[in-house]
Amino acid sequence: MNELVFFINNVVIAGCVAGSIYAIGAVGVTLIFSIMRFAHFAHGDMMTFGAFMVLLLTTLFPSAGAAIGIPTPLIMLPLAMALTALLAVGIDRAFYKPLRAHGVKPIVMVIASLGVTLMLQGLIRLFAGTGGESLYVDDRKEIFRLALPIEGVRVPVVITEPQLYLFALTLISVVALHLFLSRSRLGKAMRAMSDNPSLAQASGINTNTIVAVTWVIAGGLAAIAGTLLSLDVTFKPDLSFFLLLPIFAAAIVGGVGHPYGAIAGGFVVGFAETLAVFNWGILLRPFRDSLPDWLAQAGNLAFVGTEYKIVVPFFILVAILVWRPTGIFKGKVI
Amino acid sequence: MSTTRTDTVAAPRRFPLREVVIFAALLVAVLGVYAMMGAAYSTRMLVEAACYAILALGLTIQWGYAGQFNAGVMGFVALGGFCAMFFSVPVNDAFWDSDLPGQLGTVLAYIVGAVLVVFGASRLDRIGVPKKLRTAITVVLAVVLYMVVISAFRGVADQIESQAGFIGGLGLPAWVGWIIGGALAGGVGYFIGHICLGLRSDYLAIATIGIAEIIKAFLKNSDWLTRGTATVSPLPWPVPGPAEVGFTLARALYLSVTAVMIAAIFFLLHRAYHAPWGRMIRAIRDNEISSAAMGKDINKRRLEIFVLGCILMGIGGAVLASFNSLFDPQGYLPLNHTFLVLVMVILGGPGNNLGTIFGAVAVYIIWLMSEPLALFLMELAVHFGESTFGWDAPASLDSRALQARVFVIGLLITLVLRFAPKGLLPEKTKHVE
Amino acid sequence: MPLLDARDVHGGYGGMNILNGVDMAIEANEIGVIVGPNGAGKSTMLKAVFGLLHVSQGEILLRGEPIHNLPPNRLVQKGMGFVPQEYNVFPSLSVKENLEMGAYLKPGNVKRMLSRVYEFFPPLYDKRHQPAGELSGGQRQMVAMGRALMAEPEVLLLDEPTAGLSPLYMNEIFERVKEVNAAGVGILMVEQNAKQALAIADKGFVLAAGQNRFTDTGAALLADPDVAKSFLGG
Repeated sequence: MNELVFFINNVVIAGCVAGSIYAIGAVGVTLIFSIMRFAHFAHGDMMTFGAFMVLLLTTLFPSAGAAIGIPTPLIMLPLAMALTALLAVGIDRAFYKPLRAHGVKPIVMVIASLGVTLMLQGLIRLFAGTGGESLYVDDRKEIFRLALPIEGVRVPVVITEPQLYLFALTLISVVALHLFLSRSRLGKAMRAMSDNPSLAQASGINTNTIVAVTWVIAGGLAAIAGTLLSLDVTFKPDLSFFLLLPIFAAAIVGGVGHPYGAIAGGFVVGFAETLAVFNWGILLRPFRDSLPDWLAQAGNLAFVGTEYKIVVPFFILVAILVWRPTGIFKGKVI
Repeated sequence: MSTTRTDTVAAPRRFPLREVVIFAALLVAVLGVYAMMGAAYSTRMLVEAACYAILALGLTIQWGYAGQFNAGVMGFVALGGFCAMFFSVPVNDAFWDSDLPGQLGTVLAYIVGAVLVVFGASRLDRIGVPKKLRTAITVVLAVVLYMVVISAFRGVADQIESQAGFIGGLGLPAWVGWIIGGALAGGVGYFIGHICLGLRSDYLAIATIGIAEIIKAFLKNSDWLTRGTATVSPLPWPVPGPAEVGFTLARALYLSVTAVMIAAIFFLLHRAYHAPWGRMIRAIRDNEISSAAMGKDINKRRLEIFVLGCILMGIGGAVLASFNSLFDPQGYLPLNHTFLVLVMVILGGPGNNLGTIFGAVAVYIIWLMSEPLALFLMELAVHFGESTFGWDAPASLDSRALQARVFVIGLLITLVLRFAPKGLLPEKTKHVE
Repeated sequence: MPLLDARDVHGGYGGMNILNGVDMAIEANEIGVIVGPNGAGKSTMLKAVFGLLHVSQGEILLRGEPIHNLPPNRLVQKGMGFVPQEYNVFPSLSVKENLEMGAYLKPGNVKRMLSRVYEFFPPLYDKRHQPAGELSGGQRQMVAMGRALMAEPEVLLLDEPTAGLSPLYMNEIFERVKEVNAAGVGILMVEQNAKQALAIADKGFVLAAGQNRFTDTGAALLADPDVAKSFLGG
C-alpha cells in the first residue's frame, strides 16, 4: 500500500498539477488561434511575465497577505493578471495589428510572435536576472501530510498549499470561462467570430473589440498559469521554451480552436508526462517474491528519465498529427 | 524557340547598384573590425560568419523558396556538431580494449530486433488477426520490449561512463563527420517534414522547436556518447592548426575551406533555382492551388526542399563545431543558433542567396560587436546610477546586460517583418500585371 | 423618396471593374429582384450595397442618406441586413445563439425579436438549442434570414437564398420572403431561379456585363419576350 500512496503522490497529484497549468495555458493559445488564426509562440513568456509581475508586487509588499490570511502572491495575482492583459493588448497593437492589417500569412505572424517572445525574455531577464526565485517572499509554504487510516501505510499523501490553491483556481477559471463563452454577449460574439469572421462582421460585431477581449482573457489566463507554476516550484525567467511544447501539444490534442478540448488536452499531456517519468518498478515491489528474478532485479522501470520529459509532449504531438490532426474534439482548422 | 522564353525571375540586365553598395559597406565594416581588433580575432569572426552563412542558406531555401518556417535550426546544428565530434575525435582505447563494445553491440542488436518484432506485430492483420487485437498486441509488445531494451541499454551506458568515460571518436578526417552530419540532419528533417508538411505551416514550427529541444536534451544527457556537460575538445581541423602555423594563418586556411564550400553551395543552389526543379518550387510557393491542379506533387517537392535545408544546417553546424574545436551540447541555444540565423535570413532577403550571405556576415558582425557595447552601456548606466542615486548595482549585472541583446534580436525580427518584409536584398520576382 | 437608391454604381476588386454603372431603386415595402447571366455582377452589386466592395463611382442612398463605402457594422446600425449566399450561419453556435448574434448591436431587441423570428420560421423554434451546423440547407437559410431580421432592418439583402435547395424548400423560402416583406421589410435579392423570383417581385433588375439591361416591374419583365428569350431560358 505504501507503493500505492507513492503512486498517488507522484502521478495523480503531480499529473493534476501539470495538467492544470498546461490546460490554462493551452486555453489561451487556442482562443488566440480561433480568433486570429495563428499559433502564438509568445504565450510561454506571457506566462513568465505574469509570474514576474506577481514576484515584483510580492517583493514590494511582502506582508500584504498576512493581514487577510492568504499568501501574498495570490492577493497580487488579480493585479498581475490585469498588467499581463494590458501587456497582451499592447503587444497586439504594436506588433500584430499592423501585420494583420497588411494581410500577411499566418506563418509571418508566428515569426513575429517569436520576435515578441525574445523581447519579453530579454526584458524579464534584464530585470529579474537569470536565477530562480521563490514567490513565497514572506509567507511560509504549508505542506499537508495526510496519513491514511489504513494499517501498514507509513507514507502520507503529501499535498502543498499552493497545489490546493492551484486546483481551486483552475476550477474557478474553467467555470468562469465556460459561463463567459456560453452566457455572455461578448463570449458568444467571440465564438461567432471564431466560427465565421466575415458573417460576424456582417452582424455588426466589432471585430477589433473581440480581438482585444481575446488578448485580455489570454493574458489573464497566462498570468494565472505562470503564477501557479512558479508557486508550485520557483520562478524561473527561462521557463517559456519548455512550456511551449506541452501547451501546443495540449491545444492540438484537444482540437485547435476548441477551449474545452484544450482543457482536456492539458490534462492528457500533464498525466502522460508524469506517467512516463514514473518508475513503475516501485509498483512491482510488493510482489517481489513472486516475480521472476530478471523482473524483480530491474531497477528503474520509468519510460523516460526526467531529463527527457520534453520528449513526451513531442511524442504526443507527433502521434496526434499522424493519426488525427484535427485533435480528439475535432478542431476547426488544421 | 527556347531562346525567347523569359524566365519570370530573370531580372532585366542592369548594373547591380544595390548589391555593390551593400557589399562595399560590408567590406568597409570588415576592414574596420580588422583595424580595431587585430587579424587573428577578425579572421575568427569571418570563419564563424561563414559557418553561419551556410546555416542561413539552409534556412533561406526553406523559408524563402518554399515558405516553410523551421524554428529549430539549433537542433540540426547540434546534430552536425555531434557528428563532427564523433567522427574526428581520436579513438578511445579504454573503451575499445574492454568488453564494452561487445555489450553495446548486443544492446543495439536487441534494439533492432525489438523494432522488427513490433513492426511485425503491426502487420499481424495480414494473416487474419482482427485489427483491434493486432493494435492491442502491438502496443503491449512495444511497451514491454521498450522497457526491456531501455533497461539493458541504461546498464551498458552506465558501465561505459564509469569504465571508459565515453566511447570516444572514430579518428577519421573532419570532413567525414561534416558529410555524415549533413546526412543525419537531413534524415531527421525528413522525419519531421514527412509528418508536418501536409498540415498548416504553424505545426512545422512547433514540431521543429520540439525536435531541437529533444536533440539538445539527448546530446546533453548521453554522457556515454558525448561526455555531456563535460564537453569534448579539441576537435581536429582539416587544415593545419594554430599550433603548427600560428593563429591567423590557420584561421585563414580554415576560412578558405569554408569560402570554397559556400561558393559550391551557392553555385549549386543557383543552378537548381533556375532549373525546371526551381521553377516548379517557385510555382508552388506562389500559387499552391494552381500548381496542385497542374498535377505537381506539392508535398514531395516541399519535403525535398526541407530536407535539403536541414542538410545544409547539419553541415554548417559540423563546420562550426570543428572550428570551435569544442563540442559542448549546453552551448547550443535557441537564441544563438535559431533566432540569430532567422534574423540573418529575413534581414538579408529570404530566398535571395546573395542577400542571405550578406545578412549572415553583417548580422554576425553586429552580434559580436554588440557584446562589448552592451557591457559598456551597462557600465555607464551603473556608473550614472551610483553617482546620482547611490544605487547599489546587483552583482549579476554583466550577464544581465547580455540579455539586452535578446531583446534587440526580438525587436529586430518584428521591425524587419513590418517595415522591410522582403529584406535588404529582396528576391527578384517579376510580376505579370 | 425611395428606400434604397443606387445611382450609376461602379466598382470591383483590385482595379478590375465589375460594375459599370448600375442604377437600382426600391421603395419601402417592395421586393426588388436582381437577375441576369453568370458574371453579370449580381452578387457584386449586393456586396457593393452592403459595403463589402469599394464603390469607385456613383452613389448609394438609404432614405436619401449616402451610405456607400460605410463599413458593414455601420450599415447594420442604419437598418440594413445582409444574408450571404454561403457560410451564412455560425455552425458551432446554437440556432438561438445565431439569432442573438443578429441583434448584437441592439441587445434590447433580443426577446421581442426572437419570438417574432420564431413566428416567421416555426421549425427554428423546435431546433433552437441545436448547433446551426447540423441543420439542413433550407433550415440554415431560415437561420440566416432570421439572424438578419433580429436587428429589425428596414431593408434586407439576400444573396441567392434558394441556391442549392430542393424545389420544395425553394418554394418555402420564397413564401417566407413574401411574409417578411408583408411585415414591412424592404427586400433586395439576387436569384438564379429567375422566373419564380420575378413572380414575387415588385421591381426586377436584369443585369448584364455590370450594367442594367432591363428594369421594370416583375410581372412586366416576365411578360417581355426579349427578357424571356435572352435571360429566362425561353
